[in-house]
Amino acid sequence: GDTQIFLLWKSLSQILSRVLGAVKSQTQPRTFSRGVHTVTLIPGDGIGPEISTAVMKIFEAAKVPIQWEERNVTAIKGPGGKWMIPPEAKESMDRSKIGLKGPLKTPIAAGHPSMNLLLRKTFDLYANVRPCVSIEGYKTPYTDVDLVTIRENTEGEYSGIEHVIVDGVVQSIKLITEQASRRIAEYAFEYARNNQRSSVTAVHKANIMRMSDGLFLRKCREVAENYKDVKFTEMYLDTVCLNMVQDPTQFDVLVMPNLYGDILSDLCAGLIGGLGVTPSGNIGANGVAIFESVHGTAPDIAGKDLANPTALLLSAVMMLRHMGLHADAKKIETACYDTIRDKKVLTKDLGGNSKCSEFTTEICRRVQDMD
Amino acid sequence: MKIKNYSLCEVPIQWEERNVTAIKGPGGKWMIPPEAKESMDRSKIGLKGPLKTPIAAGHPSMNLLLRKTFDLYANVRPCVSIEGYKTPYTDVDLVTIRENTEGEYSGIEHVIVDGVVQSIKLITEQASRRIAEYAFEYARNNQRSSVTAVHKANIMRMSDGLFLRKCREVAENYKDVKFTEMYLDTVCLNMVQDPTQFDVLVMPNLYGDILSDLCAGLIGGLGVTPSGNIGANGVAIFESVHGTAPDIAGKDLANPTALLLSAVMMLRHMGLHADAKKIETACYDTIRDKKVLTKDLGGNSKCSEFTTEICRRVQDMD
Repeated sequence: GDTQIFLLWKSLSQILSRVLGAVKSQTQPRTFSRGVHTVTLIPGDGIGPEISTAVMKIFEAAKVPIQWEERNVTAIKGPGGKWMIPPEAKESMDRSKIGLKGPLKTPIAAGHPSMNLLLRKTFDLYANVRPCVSIEGYKTPYTDVDLVTIRENTEGEYSGIEHVIVDGVVQSIKLITEQASRRIAEYAFEYARNNQRSSVTAVHKANIMRMSDGLFLRKCREVAENYKDVKFTEMYLDTVCLNMVQDPTQFDVLVMPNLYGDILSDLCAGLIGGLGVTPSGNIGANGVAIFESVHGTAPDIAGKDLANPTALLLSAVMMLRHMGLHADAKKIETACYDTIRDKKVLTKDLGGNSKCSEFTTEICRRVQDMD
Repeated sequence: MKIKNYSLCEVPIQWEERNVTAIKGPGGKWMIPPEAKESMDRSKIGLKGPLKTPIAAGHPSMNLLLRKTFDLYANVRPCVSIEGYKTPYTDVDLVTIRENTEGEYSGIEHVIVDGVVQSIKLITEQASRRIAEYAFEYARNNQRSSVTAVHKANIMRMSDGLFLRKCREVAENYKDVKFTEMYLDTVCLNMVQDPTQFDVLVMPNLYGDILSDLCAGLIGGLGVTPSGNIGANGVAIFESVHGTAPDIAGKDLANPTALLLSAVMMLRHMGLHADAKKIETACYDTIRDKKVLTKDLGGNSKCSEFTTEICRRVQDMD
């Protein structure tokens, strides 16, 4: 059943990749030509629309050559009763290749899948990337965090395959494949190279999970051979956590399977101040990349001009870098960081009492002053 | 060193030293030496230092052997900030309780086809109930106000779902203890921002492995963190969880704090609360005063000097 389909898919994809050439293009920096580039914007729910508006305003003030194409991704039932994202959303993303997404509310109706899961499967978003950099002016117990977590986001512990063996005994299956491991490792090293990072650390528990994490580790080691300019190290997940909270400056780029990535990416977000200030990007096959804030929809403050757009804005900055628009990225990022450092205009969660619109206007002002 | 400490403190304990290097029993099965097993079965209480990882192929991990021999199902680590030993956090006071027999560490793995490997995580009703019961009993006996079950049941609905259900059932019998649930990633996110919101945390094996080390990091690392392993049949083994540090072995440079605090935990387990308090206070006061500290704590004293200082304080308390 599933294994047969998997094998068929596996051999088909191997044939395809040989015929079509190497799949490195998706990880190389894209230098967009002059002209306006389309980005698919998914505002999301709750505070999503207002923080999206904030980002659009700031981009306009910075005169970033981007045109937004707004789309909704509420799941619909396609022919055959299968849940899918609306065709207009898929078409837009397939064409633009770049997406910016706000928070989506968790569906309550039974049978309705998670939107994030649907997006992930639709665009084969295999890498979740979170750069975590300490924000001057937003105080946490740490001051010099500057690392990136790269999480394999398609397999591992989140296969969803579980069985009741006998009454009172349940098994959960973790799947690790050579292909997915190689792919994420390649992304991590390419990322390191393209972003002038000095090292990549594979995070694992291969001492305990010898075969599965062992396979993951082997693929990382093999890929490392092709990137001698990047230092490669390996560390047990528990040791990473032990060391991370004592001295996060020892870490640079971290690559790991799904569950470990889930944990570590949130741990690292915590080091710099939480999900309200952490950017995130999801890299897919076929050159698609979707950048998103990873906080919730905050329904209690939605529509009240109280939200903090920093996470979505920094995700948009990450997106600009991915697109090769480095000057624009730097300008906006600096304006955002300077605003927070100055502490005069801060949203409530950052310790101030300004409105979202005031915070946005302040960043716009700084951006325009830079011209 | 520890023995010196205890005899000066006049703790009513007599030590029975045993070695646990694995030996091959009849039938070729690896086991701990019979004298060690006999002693532990009789005394029920053990205190253990670090063991070196065996390099020879086929030789199992000693820790694993001990765990299986005595069914050490609960790993307990109280993490309390140590005044005088600076970390980014000042008010940590929590306990991680890790299920230590099943879960992700079942050791069952298979190659499905070339390039595809599966690893099996096992969760049973029995083990989940047992660890939940231990957590609530611990909370009650140690005047802790809440127990939080840490899980990923949103993703692993059946396995972590079973674990969570058992925790909820057991919670019904401990209405005096507050019960909450939290996703593992949320715990980590919140832990590094404000660890004071946590009290007793109970969780399956892998999550416990990660969280117990994360929390040890919050208070300063494995060199100062106590640990206890609770087994069936009343056995309990307390141990330091740092390594053997071969580079400083025999040079009187080691820091005995982790083993000492584990021994203090042991005393509390045995009901010897006054002795526990006395030794723990002497240890904490020595570190706070910063006059006599081992190198890893930021000083340049010898292990024996650090020990003597604690002994002095202990005797002064009488």
